[in-house]
Amino acid sequence: MKGVLVIGGGVAGIQAALDLADRGIHVYLVEKEPSIGGRMALLDKTMSTNDCSICILAPKMNECFSHPNIEVLEYSEVIGVEGKAGNFKVKVKRKAKYVDATKCTGCGDCMEKCPTEIPNEYNSYLDKRKAIFLPFPQAVPRKATIDERYCLKLTKNRCGLCQKICKAEAIDYNQKDKIIELNVASIIVAIGSSLYEPKDLVEYGYGRYANVHTWMEYERLINAAGPTHGHLKCAPDGRRPKKIAFIQCVGSRDVKRCQWCSSVCCMVSIKSAMLANEHYGDLESYIFYSDLRVFSKRFYEYSKRGERDYKITYIHARPGEIKEDKRTKNLIIYYEDENEGKVKELEVEMVILATPIMPAKDVKQLAEILGIETNEYGFIKVKDYVFHPVETTREGIFVAGCCERPKDITESVVQASAAAAKAAEIAGLVEG
Amino acid sequence: MALRIGVFVCDCGTNIAGFLDVPKVCEYAKTLPDVVYVKENMYTCSNAGIQEIMDAIKKHKLNRVVVAACTPRTHEALFRKACEDAGLNKFLFEFVNIRDQCSWVHQKEREKATEKAKDLVRMGVARARLLEPLKEIKIDVEKKSLVIGGGIAGMTAALSLAEQGFEVYLVEKENRLGGLLNYINQIYPSDANAQQFLEEIVKRVEKEKKIHVLLNSEVESVDGYIGNFNVRIRQKKESKEIKVGTIIVAIGAKPYEPMHMYNYDEYENVITQFELEKILKEKGKIDAESVVFIQCVGGRGERVRYCSRICCMNSIKNARIIKKMMPNANVYIIHKGMQTYGTEYEEYCRKAREEGVRFIRVRDAVPTVTSLEKKDGRIAVGFYHPGLRRKVEIQADLVVLSTPLIQREDAKRISQMLKVPLGQDGFFFEAHVKLRPVDFATDGIYMAGSCRAPASIDECIMQALASASRAAIPMAKGYVEAEPLMPLIDESKCMGCGVCVEVCPYGAMKIVEKNGKKVAENIPAACKGCGACGASCIHKAIKMHHFADEQIMAQIEEAI
Repeated sequence: MKGVLVIGGGVAGIQAALDLADRGIHVYLVEKEPSIGGRMALLDKTMSTNDCSICILAPKMNECFSHPNIEVLEYSEVIGVEGKAGNFKVKVKRKAKYVDATKCTGCGDCMEKCPTEIPNEYNSYLDKRKAIFLPFPQAVPRKATIDERYCLKLTKNRCGLCQKICKAEAIDYNQKDKIIELNVASIIVAIGSSLYEPKDLVEYGYGRYANVHTWMEYERLINAAGPTHGHLKCAPDGRRPKKIAFIQCVGSRDVKRCQWCSSVCCMVSIKSAMLANEHYGDLESYIFYSDLRVFSKRFYEYSKRGERDYKITYIHARPGEIKEDKRTKNLIIYYEDENEGKVKELEVEMVILATPIMPAKDVKQLAEILGIETNEYGFIKVKDYVFHPVETTREGIFVAGCCERPKDITESVVQASAAAAKAAEIAGLVEG
Repeated sequence: MALRIGVFVCDCGTNIAGFLDVPKVCEYAKTLPDVVYVKENMYTCSNAGIQEIMDAIKKHKLNRVVVAACTPRTHEALFRKACEDAGLNKFLFEFVNIRDQCSWVHQKEREKATEKAKDLVRMGVARARLLEPLKEIKIDVEKKSLVIGGGIAGMTAALSLAEQGFEVYLVEKENRLGGLLNYINQIYPSDANAQQFLEEIVKRVEKEKKIHVLLNSEVESVDGYIGNFNVRIRQKKESKEIKVGTIIVAIGAKPYEPMHMYNYDEYENVITQFELEKILKEKGKIDAESVVFIQCVGGRGERVRYCSRICCMNSIKNARIIKKMMPNANVYIIHKGMQTYGTEYEEYCRKAREEGVRFIRVRDAVPTVTSLEKKDGRIAVGFYHPGLRRKVEIQADLVVLSTPLIQREDAKRISQMLKVPLGQDGFFFEAHVKLRPVDFATDGIYMAGSCRAPASIDECIMQALASASRAAIPMAKGYVEAEPLMPLIDESKCMGCGVCVEVCPYGAMKIVEKNGKKVAENIPAACKGCGACGASCIHKAIKMHHFADEQIMAQIEEAI
């Protein structure tokens, strides 16, 4: 039987791959990063149970990697697709890691010695990583990768320290990209999303004020494996905050920016406020919202629990401006208080901006390669929103997760299983 | 054979090592009897950690493995597999929880936490010594499925399973397929004609040879376990038995009737959303110049605690239809925050605004509006307007109450029959909120649609496809493996009293006659190894595999 190609190794891709593999269908799982896991691997806790995100995902990542029916092709990209449903010929570029994966033990010695430090995208650029790196400690596979853009050996033919230090002799500066060909019956696209950068919303001071962060930065700040080991610290003196504000819909539900509602941000902010209060019992949070979107199972109850047990105050307002106190770096939020009908000020030590989920940066390019369409929002278009929720505009190619529209983990998993059912139908027909 | 125990202690990054002294725990473990190898890992669950376990089993000829780490809830299967891959029976693995039950709860007591971790490791090693190798059981799976409920979710699941090659029994208690969809006028957000869609899908279901539609039917009883469910179905006065491998529950939900609320039973022009839907579907028009939709009637703390998810979009849908029919009509939606999430729903809401539907947001307090009074044939809807900071009245000819979907009456019976749980909100309770959203904890049983939580048509379809994927796994594979944690019954001691049958929550115990004597018997595939039977057996006739009395006593002795 021909297999299925899953593009994207986040939670949606992993779930789709596992559903198919468990029933005996061979799966190729292509992931462009050096590790599978996607955004979920970088979240701290997950709403509404406050489970540790990587703790519940890591077993699935490992299960995926060690599954006899799944071939994980990490650090790889799909570069060409030919054929039709039931018989796709796919070209995949396996990017050179300059590390022999069969020899690397993931011990980390090379990363310690590597002299090149670059901004760490896996910690939202809040700290540095080395040019030879693991994206995060629980990476699957746990094999080092050399970032060819920054490695001194590869760019200037200097250094070579990692090769000297590696006891396993795994470093191979001569490794080349490889193109491989796959033949599959169907394809599932689960490439995830990108996030809006609120730099053009100058009134909120992101990028200018030290204590204004996006929600994804906050996920890393509150995470024990993050740049501050889970301690919230405020500029200029590293003190921990006693008051935090969350501002919703920063860039979303905005006809000039992202028109859509990002679906998850209200719950993410409630969760984030809860976590802050769990870390520091006296910490108070203020969530500025337009419509608090808490529509899924047990979400409304969760929002109420936040108010009751975690010192969260919900304020129905869209702040007009934030100013920074030059000395304390505290932030003063200006908003209209609807109870009194006048502009009020709230001084806090940290502001978190709920920025929306956007289409993945490479979605257009991939859509072109796959011969599928994107919709007016830039997400991958489904054949029919209601009746064909996982079929793309090309037969035999299905979609799951946030590349279709913003959604939470639960809904990504549901859509991934749904896509797996459809992909299996085609794989089954080929067999029959 | 001499015992050779390996102990692996995990730092879990800083989750464990940050709060207790892992090297000290390791040093201590080395002093325990029969322990021949001890290793500290930064992440035992990483590929490197797993590899270390496998290498150590081979190199040091380990015949017991103890991992002191996070929690067996998420990681036991992984470590067991590592043992198995290295040639060690996976039941010779013991998990010691030093994170969830030690480092996390004693974050400010480093020394005490370290001592406790040592105690826990000592207890684990004591149990490991007495572990016995066990063999997994392979059970054949019947390649047929039962779908309970012939609404949109049930029909979609049945069609998907059929298209994947499986036979399906689709049981519907009414005399027609379609469920709630029979009463729906239009489907949002595409505004497709609901009845036309329903007709098409019913035709597809009826044409599909692999689907057996059983109307006017109810599932009377279910016995058995994954792969082998014996189901009794009553169709009018007849009863028939079928055997299936998997079951999908898709019984839907029903709209809450707001009796004695918002003058619903007093004023005839106060109706529910569901009633409006029927009027629009049957008559295609209403007679009103001013229509007020009131959201969260009975929901969000009023009668039920939860948010019903679909009511905001339903109101917008019908408000737009009314506005389109009568552009001069005043249409208001009084709400506590519109739940129009995502791309298409948000756009749908924006369009409604552009078309002149007026949205009035009130505080998230109960009730949504404070008064409904009949005045000169119209109804004055009174509420506190937060923006204006005073009470406001709107004159309406028609008031539409958006009430939540609630669980159907037979949910309780079905939950008891299948031995699957309902949540506090009355809806079926999934195995894991995020990672197993359409599975029940009981293997072989799945759910889809509004019986899980209120869901729109598109969400019902998505979940139905997902449940079909999940149900197809054991059927496509053709077998399942069950853990051999079941009880071993000493028939010489068993009196056949049946207490174990009563306490078993999974229907995995039964009384049979053997050699003229009544004795208990276990159904391995249904058994979850919970031990309720063993604990309740007053004749000490039941020994739990893997949790034998002596294994547990050894741990307790080490603890005290």
